[in-house]
Amino acid sequence: MNGGNGIAIDVKGLSKSFGGREVVHDLSMQVKRGSIYGFLGPNGSGKTTTIRILCGLLTPDSGEGTCLGYDIRRDAEKIKRQVGYMTQRFSLYQDLSVRENLEFVARLYGLTDARGAARDMIRRLGLSGREEQLAGELSGGWKQRLALGACTLPSPKLLLLDEPTAGVDPKARRDFWNEIHALAADGLTVLVSTHYMDEAERCHEIAYIAYGHLLAHGTVEEVIAKSALTTYTVTGEDLNGLPAALTGKPGVDMVAPFGTSLHVSGRDVAALEDSIAPWREKSDLHWQKSSPSLEDVFIELMSRSRDNFQ
Amino acid sequence: MSAIDHPAPAPEIRERFGFLRRSYAMLIKEFIQLRRDRVSFAMIVMLPVMQLLLFGYAINTTPHNLPSAVLLQEDSDLARSILKALENTAYFRFMYEVHDVDDFDNLLKSGKVLFGVEIPRGFERAVRRGDKPALLVAADATDPVAASSALGSLGMIVQTALKHDLYIGDPPEMPFEIRAHARYNPAAASSLNIVPGLVGTILTMTMLIFTALSVTREVERGTMESLLSMPIKPVEVMFGKIIPYVLVGFVQAFLIISIGVFLFGVPVLGNLFLLALLSTLFITTNLSIGYTISTLVQNQLQAMQMSMMFFLPSILLSGFMFPFAGMPAWAQYVGEALPLTHYLRIVRAIMLKGASMHNLHFDALALAALMLIAMTIAVTRFRRTLD
Repeated sequence: MNGGNGIAIDVKGLSKSFGGREVVHDLSMQVKRGSIYGFLGPNGSGKTTTIRILCGLLTPDSGEGTCLGYDIRRDAEKIKRQVGYMTQRFSLYQDLSVRENLEFVARLYGLTDARGAARDMIRRLGLSGREEQLAGELSGGWKQRLALGACTLPSPKLLLLDEPTAGVDPKARRDFWNEIHALAADGLTVLVSTHYMDEAERCHEIAYIAYGHLLAHGTVEEVIAKSALTTYTVTGEDLNGLPAALTGKPGVDMVAPFGTSLHVSGRDVAALEDSIAPWREKSDLHWQKSSPSLEDVFIELMSRSRDNFQ
Repeated sequence: MSAIDHPAPAPEIRERFGFLRRSYAMLIKEFIQLRRDRVSFAMIVMLPVMQLLLFGYAINTTPHNLPSAVLLQEDSDLARSILKALENTAYFRFMYEVHDVDDFDNLLKSGKVLFGVEIPRGFERAVRRGDKPALLVAADATDPVAASSALGSLGMIVQTALKHDLYIGDPPEMPFEIRAHARYNPAAASSLNIVPGLVGTILTMTMLIFTALSVTREVERGTMESLLSMPIKPVEVMFGKIIPYVLVGFVQAFLIISIGVFLFGVPVLGNLFLLALLSTLFITTNLSIGYTISTLVQNQLQAMQMSMMFFLPSILLSGFMFPFAGMPAWAQYVGEALPLTHYLRIVRAIMLKGASMHNLHFDALALAALMLIAMTIAVTRFRRTLD
């Protein structure tokens, strides 16, 4: 294997601007071989751009690094052979059938038995009986399965998945993640961007990126621990006035409703407790100190980064 | 958050003139989109200007300075003065002087000249003796429009010119006979000229559109992103996209030629295999140009517009609608850069004049050169990244 140091992606100081706007800023990251690496961040944070740089679709303005041991600037063609890239938007041919799409990919990568490979993949995807259906006529979940199948057909060493489960129902989402875990167990490295917290928690490691800056990375536990955030969960009859009253108080960094409860978080515990003290005495409100969820951490990171970078 | 807590008052909606308001909203949106689409905007100005200039300046249905050759079998003063007289009419321009019948025929067959004047051996002496010898004027009548006006006025022109010539004096009648020979299309049937021309025109139009949309379609449907992430080279994409349509074009050419032959009685005097070969070259050239357009534009609408921009001068300046020889020099130069110009010469020459490769190598080479230029631009323009 190339660069057999157990690192699949190793990039330093990647930057990329479009029309004077910096979309990715000084981004460095390492992804271990065989791991599932989650890429999180708000819309327009630079996730797609970073993924495109990694698979050679974009050239970085500055920065360097390797992908599967190949230089991302010089060896884009070699990287393309071993990387499966699943785009955010369905990008197979809608007017080709399932089988024709898979055979096209198999031929492009030079698989000796393109028909056989496509047939096997159809069986594996559970698409038997639908192989002659046009890809454009498949439902969202099946389209996404087919796209994943097309990416994995040439047996890549690295999968880059850009929001693969956007707009897909929960059952299909779960199946999809089981498949990704199975692939990783076979030694495939997977970099996946997502907005879903439950998906982030299924990753071996995650990175949080906002406004082009990588703000946090590590395992889910590490990211939560590093945030040093204290969260109180408030439940009660009438929470409607509470967010407006608490927002902006010293120590209160974030107030976010979660269903019937409210999460109030802050990094400065003492200041936070001082600020919420008047409301803690109210009998109709129930306050409980809890560890922050990943979502709390991310929303807090995001609001903080907005102040810093915008 | 505050919007949820304190909902803003519902905006006021006016019910009157709803039809006008909604139309107005649509109109504003269309104007904004039009302003953003620079190519469409340019086309609004370019198309009419181009069309007017071409029709106004380049096209001349009573052609002048038609390229001509003379087969000179005697070098006499009389012969010289006849040629001078012909040239003075501004209808003819003698570009070649040959002494061999084969060279003479080749010039006409290849379309390098439209007229040939043959002055036979002993011509002057025969005139002086009062034998009324024949002055042979051969015209390429494949394009009846170009040939007829010049041919029709030939006799009068020569007589008027010679009246002022001291050698002849003022003879009561023509001292020699002008024998005009409309070659290749003696009946001046316009279908004979138009059918081969249509082969080229139809092929230009359809082939251009096929490939002009090919790359933009992939970009618009989002499949390009996935394609670029796979190990395929620009040249490979190009060949993969062009070759299927070569076959399509071939079927189309076969169809038009068959209809021409069986319905309109257009002959195919030359070699069918040569016609097929050079037609394939022409088809590939057009497909390459279409593909090049596809790599230059941003969306399918622009691709269609740019194809029109190419198609229009192709029809007007290639010699399809109007005689090529009648156009001013600049328009002829533009015409030479269009594949249709060369293919029209080829297809007319093979079908109507029975020309062989020997007569056509210039036009065949020109087609090949245009194809290579287009392909080179396309491959260099094709973006391998999304930068």
